Amino acid sequence: MEILVCVKRVPDTSENEIQLDGNDIDRDDLVYSINEPDNYAVEEALQIVAKAGGSVTVATVGGEDDEEVLRREMAMGAKQGVLISDGAFNGSDGRGIATILKAYVQKNHYDLILTGVQADDGAAQVGGMLAALLDVPFASLVTSLEVLEGNKLKISREVEGGNKEVSEIDLPCVLSIQTGINEPRYVGMKGIRQVAAIEIPSFGASDLGIDAGGAGAAGAKVTRTDYFVPTLGKGAEILQGSREENIDKVVELMKARGGLN
Amino acid sequence: MARVFTYITHKNGVADDSALELAAAARTIDPAASPTAIVTGFAAELDAVCEAIRPSYAEIWKISGENLAYPNAELVRKALVRVLPAGSIVLLPHDHFGIDLGPGLSIKLNAAFVSDAVGIDGVEGKCLNVIRQEFGGQVSAHVRCDVSTGAAITIRPGSFKALENAPVNGTVVDKSSEAGALESGRRYIETIVAESGDVDITKHQVLVSIGRGIQDKDNIGIAEELAEALGAAVSCSRPVVDAKWLPKSRQVGSSGQTVKPKVYLACGISGSFQHLAGIKGNPLIVAINKNPRAPIFQVADIGIVDDILEFLPEMTERVKEVSGGKASAAGTRG
Repeated sequence: MEILVCVKRVPDTSENEIQLDGNDIDRDDLVYSINEPDNYAVEEALQIVAKAGGSVTVATVGGEDDEEVLRREMAMGAKQGVLISDGAFNGSDGRGIATILKAYVQKNHYDLILTGVQADDGAAQVGGMLAALLDVPFASLVTSLEVLEGNKLKISREVEGGNKEVSEIDLPCVLSIQTGINEPRYVGMKGIRQVAAIEIPSFGASDLGIDAGGAGAAGAKVTRTDYFVPTLGKGAEILQGSREENIDKVVELMKARGGLN
Repeated sequence: MARVFTYITHKNGVADDSALELAAAARTIDPAASPTAIVTGFAAELDAVCEAIRPSYAEIWKISGENLAYPNAELVRKALVRVLPAGSIVLLPHDHFGIDLGPGLSIKLNAAFVSDAVGIDGVEGKCLNVIRQEFGGQVSAHVRCDVSTGAAITIRPGSFKALENAPVNGTVVDKSSEAGALESGRRYIETIVAESGDVDITKHQVLVSIGRGIQDKDNIGIAEELAEALGAAVSCSRPVVDAKWLPKSRQVGSSGQTVKPKVYLACGISGSFQHLAGIKGNPLIVAINKNPRAPIFQVADIGIVDDILEFLPEMTERVKEVSGGKASAAGTRG
């Protein structure tokens, strides 16, 4: 089975306080790495080809800096990395990215296309759009996957309350993979070094036959104008005391709520 | 302005809370116009849902089909594409169904797509101004959406409050024949109900809930020690389950358990909306997190910017002193 996994390099913001810089966030001090859900998608792809044969390709739409995440996923076991890059792609919305990926997919042959469930913008949109553009079935939030006879898969989706929705889906198809579906393998420095010399081909708008209006800012129906710090709800009372004082305050409040006798 | 539709999700013949929230969201796009509800399904359940929302919607389009009895987004998409007028704006809930349906629907309608909107900030010319969140809710963004060819927009559950308008006694219009026969390369088989776990976190008055900030499986002991001292249970957010440090049955959130404790200690939890959706009953929420911009601080009652790996053991010692070394009697209920 030939599997394409679409990945994205994102800033790691889980541990750091995001600062604003003009209409963007201040990206200078942020560490970029692979979008975590994409690791689960790549791991799932690798486990499928380990059983069913074939190979895994990882692709990203971005720039030269994004090669590092392709190499990371190649170190996991993806055979090929593909960089889809062109100045004309800047300012693409989700539909634009899906349009670019569609053009790449149509010049190749994949039985299965995977994405992570969502990336830094939380939109969870490109996979479903790509499937619709390709006219193949789509399923989101996939938490288990089994290859069946007859060119189809049995999948589970995560629905409310931890329940699982089980379906059959015909290949080729696009799936967005939910975190927790597997345990992505560890990648060490040695693994990265082993794939350092593999050439990563790059394709631009003309290679893929994408016209000016098809992607990039010109084709975007959706544009982010700026970021701001949300003030949802009344906000917590932030305790400013020493740790000891803060603990005493919490204990006191818990007693008042009947959570501690 | 384009005609606004809302898609009504339902289960066992009962409309989801989003049915009224989407109506409220639609009014922020066009306060003068009345949105039209679309309900897909089959037989008595479908009719029950249409009847139940008649007080809230002047017009309800129902699409009935045996294979729509379970909401397979691939089939629903095909039905909607056939019945929706060109240029429509469609609002969907941003849940497991809306995430499944919305992106592909926007492509097939040749319409704009905005995901997980938390606010709608008016119309300017052909653009709708939408507010959403990025980076796990740490920052919000203003988004301009060109709706000249229509739009599909998923709305975060709970972001819009249901309006208390006078009942309208709406009309149900059967659109089933326009939707026609529906087929898809994805076929629903069954739903497997979540297994219950070793500890029932829904029955506890106090939860020590841990997130990514616990950092390592070996650190879970410090949360368990505090929980023991408090007579509480340890629950968690999604990353802890993804890492296989705790079983799924301990996860609080829309894809996990819904809990109603008196006190919720959110320890190293960023506070995604999916997580917060699992906390009900207005508990005292105490958030402890190293990152002062963690969204949990927007909804917590009390916030402490600190490292849980140091804070929790010290709190455990203090609780033991206060309670004389024995577990609190608050315990479990039910």
